[in-house]
Amino acid sequence: MSEGKGVIEGPVVGGLGALEVSFAYRGRAVLEDISLELRPREWLVLLGPNGSGKSTLLRLLAGLLKPTRGGVYLGGRPLGGYSSWLRGQQIAFLPQNGGYPEDLTVEEVVALGRTPHLGLLGRGGRADWEAVEWAMQQTQVSGFRHRRLPTLSGGERQRVLLARALAARPRFLLLDEPTNHLDLHHQAEFLALVAGLRAQGLGILTVLHDPNLAGKADRVAFLSEGRLLAQGRPGEVLSEALLQQVYGRQVRVRWLEGQPVVLLGG
Amino acid sequence: MQKTTYPGRVSPLAGGRRGQMIGRRLLVFSGLLGLLVLGLVLGVGQGAVPVAPDEVVRALLGLAENPIITELRLPRVLGALLVGAALGLSGAAFQGLFRNPLADPYLMGSAAGAAFGVTLAVSLAGGLGGAFAQHAIFSVMPASATWFGFLGAIGAVLLVLFLSGGASRTHDLILAGVVVGSVLVGLTSYLMLQDADRVRAVFAYTLGNLAFLSWPGVGSLAFYLLITLPFFLLLARTLNALTLGEETARSLGLPLEGLKLLLIGAATLLTAAAVAQAGIIGFVGLVAPHVLRRLLGGDYRYLLPGSALGGAVLLLWADLGARVLVAPAELPVGIVTTLLGGPFFLYLLWRGRRV
Repeated sequence: MSEGKGVIEGPVVGGLGALEVSFAYRGRAVLEDISLELRPREWLVLLGPNGSGKSTLLRLLAGLLKPTRGGVYLGGRPLGGYSSWLRGQQIAFLPQNGGYPEDLTVEEVVALGRTPHLGLLGRGGRADWEAVEWAMQQTQVSGFRHRRLPTLSGGERQRVLLARALAARPRFLLLDEPTNHLDLHHQAEFLALVAGLRAQGLGILTVLHDPNLAGKADRVAFLSEGRLLAQGRPGEVLSEALLQQVYGRQVRVRWLEGQPVVLLGG
Repeated sequence: MQKTTYPGRVSPLAGGRRGQMIGRRLLVFSGLLGLLVLGLVLGVGQGAVPVAPDEVVRALLGLAENPIITELRLPRVLGALLVGAALGLSGAAFQGLFRNPLADPYLMGSAAGAAFGVTLAVSLAGGLGGAFAQHAIFSVMPASATWFGFLGAIGAVLLVLFLSGGASRTHDLILAGVVVGSVLVGLTSYLMLQDADRVRAVFAYTLGNLAFLSWPGVGSLAFYLLITLPFFLLLARTLNALTLGEETARSLGLPLEGLKLLLIGAATLLTAAAVAQAGIIGFVGLVAPHVLRRLLGGDYRYLLPGSALGGAVLLLWADLGARVLVAPAELPVGIVTTLLGGPFFLYLLWRGRRV
């Protein structure tokens, strides 16, 4: 990376951030004037009802969509100025229903995560295999590295796909509803794993639709109808007033062991 | 120089299971090569005038002169090999690109599109009537035929994708492929029937036939295989990444728009080259990649060459069957592959519905 081009255009310096971003699809506004920054070493949860634009914002930050207005910045430079390979080395993205390969082994799938470092033809070297091993250790999937994905449970498979994202050794990890098809036990386990990755210096953004899964996050951002209603610590954002505004008057928020718990009815 | 050591289990190459997989791949590839050589020798010996295997081997090695072998049998057998390799390769590429296990040059309508383009080229060149008179349209095939076939095949693929609204819905894709394919085969037959006396040759072409292959045809096939092969090697990693879905593949840095065009272009050009020489031969592009996927695993770096080799073996032996089953007459090889591939296709469809 050349230092000469490092023009700092926004307030976002060390992180991955959207600055006054709007996005329209076929003339319909999906996101309006969003400013949100994902910092290194933090777990940020993006909450909001269905159709609020969470997944779209995630794809803008991943560089898979281009904003209609405003800009996305990585390390203070416009994301669009990075080559796609360099972008893939720094930002890993895990879609909600991306599908999974049926004929590849766990190890082969995780190794696909090295693609941004290898390009089209590069052969994997020692650094690549070490990254793959590291990713498999973090997610505890090395034990079944030679099995194919259809033979795994949903929780195991999701950990393999997370390992694939980690294998690039990215600085930022963007996960779209990673716990959607998991049972309660695996949801908690998976999110604990994600939270633990902060210690590796990663900035992690997860889209979730259940506010109760966001209690242990560093920060929460709440999206509704394409607008950012609030961002801050979970206890500040998940207020009864805000949730009633979005979900209706039957929502209650109670505090339990230092965390807000969202209830329906009562 | 200090020896590099990997701490613990850092190198997966050290694992025993990985060694097993390498051994297995070696076994599969050498098995296919063995079947290929055996099919070559048997295929050259088989026909209206049988030639003993030792005579075949001596002629192949240049120790004895035998014009039946060098002018008739050898181009046919080598042509079968190259057509099979082209169909296996483009079938594997289509399946990976569309992430649809039932995509293949035959079912996607691209083979029918190529046949239409080729026929149009021949009839525009005014060669149709005279060519069929000798039952050998392919010896007078204009050099541009493959390119006409390419245009026809690309048009058919785009039409099928448009009608089925993308490649994600298997049943829509097949339905659109069948409709487009049938219409194009109808148009092809209409063009050919302008010369109504040659109905037999018309059928031979639309059903797929290797009997007309000559040395120039073999040369053309080899040329198109050689120029597309580097692209397939370049695209193996893209196909691997595509198994994670298009969005993920893009997030991994792959410039997918251009790579997909390159892949469709290379696979379609190969289909067109094969159809220009041998007509429409169905199911080779479907069956070979499927069987090899079971044997080799899903890594396209091995699956692409494996499917090429598997397609070559499959068509070589199917052509042998076509010549032996009703000897001294022979069947168009397309009938044999369709009889073999049809039930296989139904099995895949049935299995897909159960999942």
